[in-house]
Amino acid sequence: MYGKGILKGLGVTLKRFTDTYLEDISWWLRGKKRYYTEEGVAHRSSKNTRGIFTVQYPEEQLIQPEEFRYVPFLVYEEGADGKKEPRCTSCGICAKVCPPQCIWIVRTNNPQTGKPVPEPAEFYIDMDICMNCGFCAEYCPFDAIKMDHDFDIASYGRNVYNLEKLLKPASYYAEIRPLNYNREEEARKAKEAAKAAKADAAAPAAS
Amino acid sequence: MATALQTQTVDLVARFPEKVTADSRAGYSGFIVNKENLVEVATALRDEFGYDLLSNVTGVDYIAENKMEVVYHAFRTTGGPGLVFKVQVERVDPIELPSMVGIWAGAEYQEREIWDLYGIKFTDHPDLRRILLWEGFEGFPLRKDYKEGFFEEEAKPFKSRWPDGKHVFAEMKNPFRDNLKFPENFDPESYQPEDEKDLYASLERVSKPLTEGEMKTDHIVVNMGPHHPSTHGVLRVAVTLNGETITGLKPVMGYLHRNHDKIGERNTFLQIIPYTDRLDYFNSMANNFGYVTTVEKLMKIPVAERAEYIRVIMAEMSRIQNHLIFVGMLINDLGSMYTPSLYAFEERELILDIFEAVSGARMMCNYFRFGGVVRDVPEDAMQKIKDLVHDRLPAKIDEMERFLNQNEVLVARLTGVKVLNAEDAIRYSVTGPVLRAAGVPYDIRRADPYSVYDRFDFDVAVRYHGDMMDNYLIRFDEMRQSLRILEQALKQIPEGPINSQKPQYQVRVPAGEAYGRVESPKGELGFYVVSNGKPNPYRYHVRAPSFVNLTALETICSGSKIADFVAQLAMLDIVMGEVDR
Repeated sequence: MYGKGILKGLGVTLKRFTDTYLEDISWWLRGKKRYYTEEGVAHRSSKNTRGIFTVQYPEEQLIQPEEFRYVPFLVYEEGADGKKEPRCTSCGICAKVCPPQCIWIVRTNNPQTGKPVPEPAEFYIDMDICMNCGFCAEYCPFDAIKMDHDFDIASYGRNVYNLEKLLKPASYYAEIRPLNYNREEEARKAKEAAKAAKADAAAPAAS
Repeated sequence: MATALQTQTVDLVARFPEKVTADSRAGYSGFIVNKENLVEVATALRDEFGYDLLSNVTGVDYIAENKMEVVYHAFRTTGGPGLVFKVQVERVDPIELPSMVGIWAGAEYQEREIWDLYGIKFTDHPDLRRILLWEGFEGFPLRKDYKEGFFEEEAKPFKSRWPDGKHVFAEMKNPFRDNLKFPENFDPESYQPEDEKDLYASLERVSKPLTEGEMKTDHIVVNMGPHHPSTHGVLRVAVTLNGETITGLKPVMGYLHRNHDKIGERNTFLQIIPYTDRLDYFNSMANNFGYVTTVEKLMKIPVAERAEYIRVIMAEMSRIQNHLIFVGMLINDLGSMYTPSLYAFEERELILDIFEAVSGARMMCNYFRFGGVVRDVPEDAMQKIKDLVHDRLPAKIDEMERFLNQNEVLVARLTGVKVLNAEDAIRYSVTGPVLRAAGVPYDIRRADPYSVYDRFDFDVAVRYHGDMMDNYLIRFDEMRQSLRILEQALKQIPEGPINSQKPQYQVRVPAGEAYGRVESPKGELGFYVVSNGKPNPYRYHVRAPSFVNLTALETICSGSKIADFVAQLAMLDIVMGEVDR
């Protein structure tokens, strides 16, 4: 019969259409909210999703996986008197590995001796050029530069971030990337313990 | 699995003494052919030795030796490793070489590209014009002595960034904007882009003269694009029409050109990986795969076992979503807007969710590293891959077929409309699904296996009519085969490290050359990399399947109706990020 194929296709469309409402009703019967809840969004991006698929941005937002990356930021530890202590030592690896070369670092020099101090004097990232590849975070030996989750940074001007704008606390980092943070902290503690053990072993020998 | 013909080595030196010498430079392979004997040797390669597919043609500028080299990579469609031969000429303008178009028609656009970027003239080329750059461009940018407008240093990392990196905007270094060069007697102010004599003259070549007794009709030139919704980006096609029938056409490209090759040569080896994401932006995983395999060949390093499987899983997921989008967009081009393509996008979103969870980005994945991958697949992402592969995707591909394949309108539009026959497809170096739909079972995963593809049981999808319907259906066949590979890969994947190397931001690549290729969803994606031991590649070239497949567009469309043009173009599945590079 001519037109059978079209009708079959329309059947698929109809099923997809009704699925949305069947799904709505089943959520309603279970007393759950399908829209504007994290559970609902999670279900819509799971393998069981049926019917309407879209997420109503900005009221609803997709759940970002931990590894999601968008423009880098610098991590600082909070000092005793609330002073920001950047983890960055201005070693320059991020500036060297950056593919579009958008990281600019001025190293601090000790004014008396002229020797470099492990701390950045100025730090710029040209966010308009940054391609969000994540190399800087990947190759930083001090876990000082990390990729952010905050993606809506559109603005009217140009986005050259300086040190002040780039610094975010370690607690923020722990919040957006808990697994990574814990792994790194453990590795650091293990390293420190190994160092202490070595120092202990070396100390009696010296005395 | 390799047959006798596949493993048969070709000793060109014995066959052509005096005319051919083996390439004896350290790290290099293949043969160097005398310029005078190039056509003779190439004809013998095609007719005697069976190298019917000229996959890649590119140039290299050896400025220290004062030589220009053109490199040819030829393959057999019956499978097996390829043969590389080179021809060297003095680096003194005018640099001239015989064209290969008469032997392998697929060389046409690639030779135009070499003329455009290296300034090597191919003497009997039918239509030697600039292809990626515009007519008002001065110089040949891939030559080693060329410096671009905002030139800073020969190679990255730039010294101005650290340790004294005071930020400056690049344009502040050129306050008078005087860093552009134009050819002599060229005034950009009075340049009239609509007066494109060369382009239209090249079209006249294909318009047949009137035969006796034929009615005199006007031929109309229609410009499709560059801003045409169905050219998949900014491709412009100048078409000559006799009534409604296409008599000739010329694609005009380069609107997205950024000289990916030159960017690559300024980058370090590692820095190129995120740039490859931007070639075919639907399949960044496949692009990463191709580039990383090539450099691993040069570095001679093993790949971690688990990483091999992760790579295959990602590449095949990428193929499925690419083909789904292809189907959706084809229907879009045929006039059924939105519904099918958005159904395809649903599954694609779910696959991109996985890419995001493992790599951090949906499209610009940047996931592969030399020797492995960045990070292991998280537990929940692995579960989602399994769910999709085992439950959802097979059902959804079936649903897509139920939805479209018997639709009478679609069947009428697709059946019997020609795309390519096998002979033309091979002649024009067309690869990928279009070649397979013409009846040539040529799939690099089987013909010249890379990574761990030799461990999986799958069929090479092939169909024999070479019409639009076969080109459409073969995508479904390929998705099913990808699912088969995925099922096996998920079962076989071992535990273990995900990289065989220590993470390092600057890799040491020994001097030499390598050509690596993978079966990307669009065809053969090849990378030709030459290293001279420095942190940056000396030569980096991408053999983009979309670009080379476009060579056949004129043959595909000649004689068809203009109404079918958009669909025929859609069959090639081009992506402009890759065509223009």
